[in-house]
Amino acid sequence: MSSMRVFQLGLRRAAAPAFRGNFAGRMVQRRLANSQSTSASSAEEILVKQRVNRPVSPHLAIYRPQITWYGSMFNRLTGIILSGGLYLFGFAYLAAPTLGWHLESQSLIAAVAGWSTWAKASAKFGLSMPFFYHSLNGVRHLVWDTGKALSNKAVMQSGWAVVGASVAASLYFSFLA
Amino acid sequence: MASTRLLARLATQRSAAAVRTPVFTRGFASVTDTTARNPAAKVAESIVPDPARKVVPDSETSNVKEPAPEKDSKLKTFHIYRWNPDEPSSKPKMQTYTLDLNKTGPMMLDALIRIKNESDPTLTFRRSCREGICGSCAMNIDGVNTLACLCRIPTDTTKESRIYPLPHMYVVKDLVADMTLFYKQYRSVKPYLQRSTPSPDGREYRQSKEDRKKLDGLYECILCACCSTSCPSYWWNQEEYLGPAVLLQSYRWLADSRDEKKAERQDALNNSMSLYRCHTILNCSRTCPKGLNPALAIAEIKKSMAFT
Repeated sequence: MSSMRVFQLGLRRAAAPAFRGNFAGRMVQRRLANSQSTSASSAEEILVKQRVNRPVSPHLAIYRPQITWYGSMFNRLTGIILSGGLYLFGFAYLAAPTLGWHLESQSLIAAVAGWSTWAKASAKFGLSMPFFYHSLNGVRHLVWDTGKALSNKAVMQSGWAVVGASVAASLYFSFLA
Repeated sequence: MASTRLLARLATQRSAAAVRTPVFTRGFASVTDTTARNPAAKVAESIVPDPARKVVPDSETSNVKEPAPEKDSKLKTFHIYRWNPDEPSSKPKMQTYTLDLNKTGPMMLDALIRIKNESDPTLTFRRSCREGICGSCAMNIDGVNTLACLCRIPTDTTKESRIYPLPHMYVVKDLVADMTLFYKQYRSVKPYLQRSTPSPDGREYRQSKEDRKKLDGLYECILCACCSTSCPSYWWNQEEYLGPAVLLQSYRWLADSRDEKKAERQDALNNSMSLYRCHTILNCSRTCPKGLNPALAIAEIKKSMAFT
């Protein structure tokens, strides 16, 4: 055992670049890595510097389309269409007499009467769909604010129910009413 | 033993004249071939600096194949987001890997670990417990935020899987997102018991079973940030809006019967950004890998703020 060890160590000694005259060197590991402490403010600086180079991970384009966030996005879009349309028409109506436009009900009815059925129906659908979706989804939001119907299943069901109901209602009002 | 060692040292004390042949010299690790362990770099993909930072699609990058494909193998393709901070001006890219599902574990994390072990050691991701309790391996898998260790690999091999880091976060490297802000926000809600009065009998602060029940579904949160980074509102207002995970934690302390700083906690949330940037989009509850309901917690906070 002892002679074996002597032989092995001898081989190793011969092979490895040794720290001569340093017996402890064999047993003690040398670590040459340095560490440095940073203060909270300098850590912040380092972070800011790092962030200059870091890309922002992809978000909208890669997230799976789900009724939750698509429904919410659609709610906002329809809200913008409705309120934007109201403001546009309101200001146009105010400015109509000075600009010489004819926006009174009679002239609008007369203008639309000349359109084809499909043009009329799609214009009506374009207005009624945002209206019904936004109103029905608003009811959903009111229910949520009471802390009810917030389970995943209820959210999915009510989401699709609102989509279905608003499509049905706006089709009815575009073609039949 | 000590004597053996001494004997060995004496016997092998080397003279200055000892001759070393290069054959016996110990080889040291070398960094001359920096691409030795990077198979994607070996196929010579040039890195073009691009200020727009659009992701290079997987159609333009190489495919790292299964190390040793077999005959009846179930080969599945994974497209994984890569970005290397050592080339700071480079574009992020989608790297394609093919794995034999017969040789891979059932979970996405198994696939990632196998890629790292067997085909591309440069792939970087966080993981620790591999059983959904540490929250390290949160990432966007097939378009949904989840923990890689809790997400089964879809066995349909015709469908290709896409793995991204958590959405709208600064990328440290590959699938590792910078969570500094998230942890800072967590800190800002003071997630600990705040009391000024000692307990009546000098023992623990105790609560009834009913009060304890109110914390179920709140204390289980592991802060993996899946919900926060699934929230479009958090994407656009990260700096000010706390996000679902932190608000759930905030509610965990608001709902605690032992906490005495409820008013202060509510007051800290009572501004237009911290809490009320929640537009009930509900991606958070939909994506939570632990099956919790951050949206309900936020609704409860809003309710408690409105009716006090």
